[in-house]
Amino acid sequence: MAENTTIPTGPGADLYTEGHEIHDTKAPDVPVEQMWDQRRFDASLVNPTNRRKMSVIIVGTGLAGGSAAATLGEAGYHVKSFCYQDSPRRAHSIAAQGGINAAKNYRNDGDSVYRLFYDTVKGGDYRSRESNVYRLAQVSANIIDQCVAQGVPFAREYGGLLDTRSFGGVQVQRTFYARGQTGQQLLIGAYQALERQVKAGTVEMHTRHEMLELIVVDGKARGIVARDMVTGEVETHFADAVVLASGGYGNVFFLSTNAMGCNVTASWRAHRKGAYFANPCYTQIHPTCIPVSGEYQSKLTLMSESLRNDGRIWVPKSGEDKRDPRQIPEEDRDYYLERIYPSFGNLVPRDIASRAAKYVCDEGRGVGPGGLGVYLDFADAIKRLGRKAVENKYGNLFDMYAQITGENPYETPMRIYPAVHYTMGGLWVDYDLESSIPGLFVVGEANFSDHGANRLGASALMQGLADGYFVLPNTIANYLADGPFEAVDDSHPAAAEAVASVTERIQKLLSINGSRTVDSIHKELGHIMWEYCGMERSDEGLRTAIEKIRELREVFWSDVRVLGVNEEINQALEKAGRVADFLELAELMCIDALTRAESCGGHFRAESQTEDGEALRHDDDYAHVSAWEFTGVGTKPVLHKEPLEYHAIEMKQRSYK
Amino acid sequence: MSTSRKVTPVATTTLTPQARALRSTVVTKAVMAVSGLIMVLFLIAHMYGNLLVFGGPVMFNEYAAHLRTIGEPMIPYSGVLWVLRVVLLISVVAHVASVVKLWRRKVGATGTGKRYLSSKRKATGNQMTYSAFTMRWGGITLLAYVIFHLLHLTWKVVNPGGAHEPYDRVVNSFQQWWMVLIYLIAMILLGLHLRHGIWSALTTLGANTSAVARRRLNLAAIALAVVLVVGFLLPPFSILLGLVK
Amino acid sequence: MKVTLNIWRQPKRDAQGKMESYELDGLSEHMSFLEMLDVLNERLTSEGRDPVAFDSDCREGICGMCGLVINGEAHGPSPTTTCQLHLRSFSDGDVIDVEPWRAEPFPVLKDLIVDRTSFDRIIQAGGYISANTGSAPEANAAPIAQADASDAFDAATCIGCGACVAACPNGSAMLFTAAKVTHLGLLPQGQPERNSRALDMVNQHDEEGFGNCTNIGECTAVCPKGIPLETISRLNRDLLKAATRTDG
Repeated sequence: MAENTTIPTGPGADLYTEGHEIHDTKAPDVPVEQMWDQRRFDASLVNPTNRRKMSVIIVGTGLAGGSAAATLGEAGYHVKSFCYQDSPRRAHSIAAQGGINAAKNYRNDGDSVYRLFYDTVKGGDYRSRESNVYRLAQVSANIIDQCVAQGVPFAREYGGLLDTRSFGGVQVQRTFYARGQTGQQLLIGAYQALERQVKAGTVEMHTRHEMLELIVVDGKARGIVARDMVTGEVETHFADAVVLASGGYGNVFFLSTNAMGCNVTASWRAHRKGAYFANPCYTQIHPTCIPVSGEYQSKLTLMSESLRNDGRIWVPKSGEDKRDPRQIPEEDRDYYLERIYPSFGNLVPRDIASRAAKYVCDEGRGVGPGGLGVYLDFADAIKRLGRKAVENKYGNLFDMYAQITGENPYETPMRIYPAVHYTMGGLWVDYDLESSIPGLFVVGEANFSDHGANRLGASALMQGLADGYFVLPNTIANYLADGPFEAVDDSHPAAAEAVASVTERIQKLLSINGSRTVDSIHKELGHIMWEYCGMERSDEGLRTAIEKIRELREVFWSDVRVLGVNEEINQALEKAGRVADFLELAELMCIDALTRAESCGGHFRAESQTEDGEALRHDDDYAHVSAWEFTGVGTKPVLHKEPLEYHAIEMKQRSYK
Repeated sequence: MSTSRKVTPVATTTLTPQARALRSTVVTKAVMAVSGLIMVLFLIAHMYGNLLVFGGPVMFNEYAAHLRTIGEPMIPYSGVLWVLRVVLLISVVAHVASVVKLWRRKVGATGTGKRYLSSKRKATGNQMTYSAFTMRWGGITLLAYVIFHLLHLTWKVVNPGGAHEPYDRVVNSFQQWWMVLIYLIAMILLGLHLRHGIWSALTTLGANTSAVARRRLNLAAIALAVVLVVGFLLPPFSILLGLVK
Repeated sequence: MKVTLNIWRQPKRDAQGKMESYELDGLSEHMSFLEMLDVLNERLTSEGRDPVAFDSDCREGICGMCGLVINGEAHGPSPTTTCQLHLRSFSDGDVIDVEPWRAEPFPVLKDLIVDRTSFDRIIQAGGYISANTGSAPEANAAPIAQADASDAFDAATCIGCGACVAACPNGSAMLFTAAKVTHLGLLPQGQPERNSRALDMVNQHDEEGFGNCTNIGECTAVCPKGIPLETISRLNRDLLKAATRTDG
């Protein structure tokens, strides 16, 4: 590991070393439009009769993992699927509200595969790989076909044909949706397909199981160590290939819109075993979430950003103004987005709206508990359109808000605040979605591949299903064509070592018996990350964060308190393992953010902005993927740069003034 | 793609899914529904007969006698009545048998002890109708009443007030306040049983297909229950109050 | 605000459980019910006592993972999931009983956590449309009337939380089963397997040991997604038709 590294010269040079450049070697050298066809043609195939001799482990049952397990099962492979929840249907893809993009051009409004490709690359602030994104746009149309065939009840027009709407900063209507529950409906579709394969005997389902280690044999991913969360049994599972579909790591911030159980452990364990982690600092912060109401807050809830179409965002001009918002006259209000961005107003992109909210709160003008909130006011919309019309458009969102806050948004302005929502970074993969460990594939939010530095709305569902239904089942076959590989069992030193390390870690966590609860440490980590590695990052802040994270990691390993035993349901133990990994990931995120001294997409560096305070990219220095290699906890990671080359699209600076 | 069904390897493997489904809770419920509806039809006829008591002794006794002579001479004496009795008996047995089967399932699914310990739990649930709450114990009480009723007016084992002719037996009986009381309690239970039973039977048979249908089915069940209860209560109260002698 | 919690504690499956009482003070009415349990667990942990095990994941009312019987009602007093219940639904000084879902097919695994894999097996039995990846026709090839799509959607919003079973006096999972039969049965894609789906899913429902439906609607009263009772009637119709057909 980590041979031939050089001492870097850029920012944060004291925190990492630089390794060799890496390149995707799988995308064929043809124009981007032909790559996927060519790749499928070049790839080796697995004879249907041989497939049942091949086994694949898939960790995670969200859109990517669930659809991949179902599809590989249908193809005849022997699939072992794992999820930490009690059922595969609970995966957090279910919470996605808005919709799924597809280049169907049903509206005849000029959409095309190329336009979806272009919008996604531009939306990602030119930090994604052209080849992967083009393929994503290509297969997007197949996804809709597949989902409709499964019975996903997409919204329809009166004529019975599929309805679409526009979404997040694009000019065509290409977003398919199922009321405000698109993620749920798509996930249930994938879940049903998965359960069908369980019945058919091709998929072996392991619920309430958490992957705690990757087993690498002779350089290839060959299995996992998983803990049965009911009995505590530490089990080994072997296969010819391992697929991680374990989602994003937004919960490193403690508070995010992710589910309580979302974690980085599967990805991080693979990273520790040699898989590169790419662009960990790219996180998406969503502007319209319900603000924190107290220190007890366990998670944040997102409200569709469509609210910004009619709601006006403001704060009092003076931080001293503590009047009831309805009593504050127009002249004492600051509609800051309309003031700063007169042409886009309240509809500026997510990152800009989020950062602007942070600034006004930093100035002490925030509203609500702790001053962390801004008003989203529908009074004008109700006056203009009538209450009925507003209710028709936003009724369910208003109800949700009222349910959570106990306030009536028809009467008093809503309060919103940005929250961590999605992580664009993830394990590095090539065009085949294979990580830097042969035989380890990564799909969905867990990989880094398609969204660059910023994800467009309605693109996460598209990517998850593209990877699971259409990309991975094709590319993994090329790898499996060399199999089945030599059988491995518990007696193999690599397996024994993996089991021993898991058992040892569990025992360690249970034996510290200090004074701090897991949650209290997780919250503290969240505060550090939100403060220094959140919406705005700076060299100084990130260095402070790294110091604090290292100290907190010490505290964790010397003073955490995990009660109970391993041999039963022990939720504190589960959380402790996850927080331990977040404490390592957090440092890498800060190092990544520190070394990327430019602003791009969701990553905003205070040092890199235009005179107007806009994000400023530095394409000459940073048009690359930062893929990090693990060398040990607290030791310098190795940075491998994958240069990003744009052949089909020209790079431009964003402007929303 | 294959659509063939695989039967889970359980004790009933030898049965096809269709054969298993015929033993399912849904089909058992349908049996309960159909047998219940047959009894409802009988009750309507029965109530009609009872109301003839207002026509005086001749009319009422002729009705009772005619029940036995329907279809003569093509059908032997009491033939139709016996067919009806057999159909009714089968319905009662089927109704009770399906109740027993489903009750056992309920106990199997929820256990025998107290299911929830919270004393704040309402015995009648969140929104179920009171009639739904009375179905099982009310049903058993009704069964007991039916036996008493047969002992009284069919088999003439119980003889409050004596007399032999149907009209006199009825009138003599309901001049006893306690007979009217028994009858009143039974009819209230019957009304509650019908209120939920009719709605439930139609729903089980698939009639509840929309919110509108649900409202209509409930209204129909209430209307039929009220008509039957009032219809059954008119004669005894008229007798007790001396309007019919 | 201050509340007293009576919580079901059971160390593991098949172990004897009992209600235990805990007092909590200094709570905010804006706290969610589960956040209150988080606070309780922080306290228990610092006191060296075993924290209360309960399931939750998304905490925004869509994943279906959470579910507690609160004061005898599945998901408590407000018509949402447990995670969307806030303390403002209670009063200062309240005594609140917290129990797990109770049904034989939902065995308690620990404290308030139950095993709901029986639901997965009901779906495995036939709760899907057999459409292998890649075999789908063009999405707009078969228009679907908006009303049908909308009714199918209403049924498809089921989150599989199991409140229907917990609330049903018969321990029936008919609402869950019927929601899926209705969702798929209303769509043209779902027609080829409509009969087998009803047969297989009902058979599995019974096989799991769930009780029967008596059409009293306790399930719909607690369903966080408002799945209507009509779905059960639709299921009955499909099942009776499929069970009595003679053409195979």
